[in-house]
Amino acid sequence: MLNVLSAVLVLGLLGALFGALLAVASKIFEVKKDPREEAILAKLAGANCGGCGYPGCAGCAAAIVAGDAPVTACAPAGADAAAAIAEIMGQTATVGEREVAFVRCNGGTAAVKRFEYVGVQDCTAAEKVAAGPIDCAWGCLGFGSCVKACQFDAMHIGPNGVAVVDEDKCTDCMACAAVCPRHLIVSVPVSKKVRVLCLNQEKGKAAMTVCENSCIGCGLCERECKKDAIHVVDGIASIDYAKCINCKLCTKVCPRDAITPVATAEDKEKYKEVKKKAAEAKKKAAEVAAAKSGKPAAAKK
Amino acid sequence: MKELSTLITITIGAILSNNFIFSQFLGCCPFMGVSKKIDTATGMGFAVVFVMGLASAITWCVYNWILLPLNLVYMQTVAFILVIASLVQFIEMFLQKSVPSLYTALGVYLPLITTNCAVLGVALLNIQNSYNFIEAVVYGITGGVGFLLAIVLLASVREQLVFADYPKSFDGFPIALVAAGLMALAFMGFSGLDIFK
Repeated sequence: MLNVLSAVLVLGLLGALFGALLAVASKIFEVKKDPREEAILAKLAGANCGGCGYPGCAGCAAAIVAGDAPVTACAPAGADAAAAIAEIMGQTATVGEREVAFVRCNGGTAAVKRFEYVGVQDCTAAEKVAAGPIDCAWGCLGFGSCVKACQFDAMHIGPNGVAVVDEDKCTDCMACAAVCPRHLIVSVPVSKKVRVLCLNQEKGKAAMTVCENSCIGCGLCERECKKDAIHVVDGIASIDYAKCINCKLCTKVCPRDAITPVATAEDKEKYKEVKKKAAEAKKKAAEVAAAKSGKPAAAKK
Repeated sequence: MKELSTLITITIGAILSNNFIFSQFLGCCPFMGVSKKIDTATGMGFAVVFVMGLASAITWCVYNWILLPLNLVYMQTVAFILVIASLVQFIEMFLQKSVPSLYTALGVYLPLITTNCAVLGVALLNIQNSYNFIEAVVYGITGGVGFLLAIVLLASVREQLVFADYPKSFDGFPIALVAAGLMALAFMGFSGLDIFK
């Protein structure tokens, strides 16, 4: 009993002594820090994800105070935090719309397999083996390097073997984009739901043979768009989100189902009918107009 | 004279033949973690020299003046960890105040000295080898110098790796581990110096 008591007492005293010494030392060696730094640190996401390019959240806070980083540097913290940080810094934040990561592939099981890969379950490793186990050089390999990179549990491999983003959880830190060996992950505005699901730059048959869902660069979407928002650049459709209005017309004409939200066959059929009718009505109107303009012309004669 | 030769033996042993990293494999975490650049490696090395020297002195006092008289030798590990943890805290504050550039360069590795087993190892080995106070302090400092030597050598090797043509899959830690292993092999050559014992 005495043994236990003395052990507790001695170690307790030692601890108290060191604690007191440290308390004194912390007063002597106190470093005056900018109080804004700590206030900003409290507003940051605190995940130390490194998405801002600074070593950890403390580094980011220091950079914001020093003026090296914008007040919106922390994407995961969101617009509210950016506004709060701007207030601390005495600025007004110009915050754009929230963006999320998006995987530009819908291949997975639809992509043509070249061989069965059984090595390390990692996309970069799989990519190194004869340039990847699928024929498409732009397709998602589905080994989940991005899933491992995500600090926010927002990245998962979907049912068809392609990585998908949980937009509620995604903070747009883009840690996933950095590890994707095929650079498939891009940042898109969260409200714009029409997105091209492919990054294959081959055209026509070359793109068609490697995957069932590839963009073949046919340009149907480009002709269908009323807002001049979608264009085929380098063999791949890409959307200008400053112009896109989520009308989804392009999804209904895409013959390869390469634009999300993918329209059902029924929808496509319906849209074809509507277009046919519209074309007929237009034709009729033109005939009528021609007939009308024809008469006065004839009368003149 | 005999004392001097003991100290020399301790010094040679701690730096070369019984190097903390290469033959006792203590303190490998910061050894791999902070050896990317010579600057930070040197900083880390000196921090460890400082901590190991001070820790040796204080733990020797704590052991011989407090634990031994009170028959609390079995609590030595707990007591030593207490000493080391507070010491590292103290050094962290000291560096933040007086050498802020070194403080930011060491970053997360400075608090990690707390869990650097080389520091706890030197404290325990002092007791095991029943060194007197001066021997213990010398062993602590020279052990730290051994760590400094090892980490600076590895850092210089790793800086040169940029020019080396090794398989890409070895990039980063794997090639550093290979380099460290080869250096440990080379340091085995110093084991012949043990004849001075």
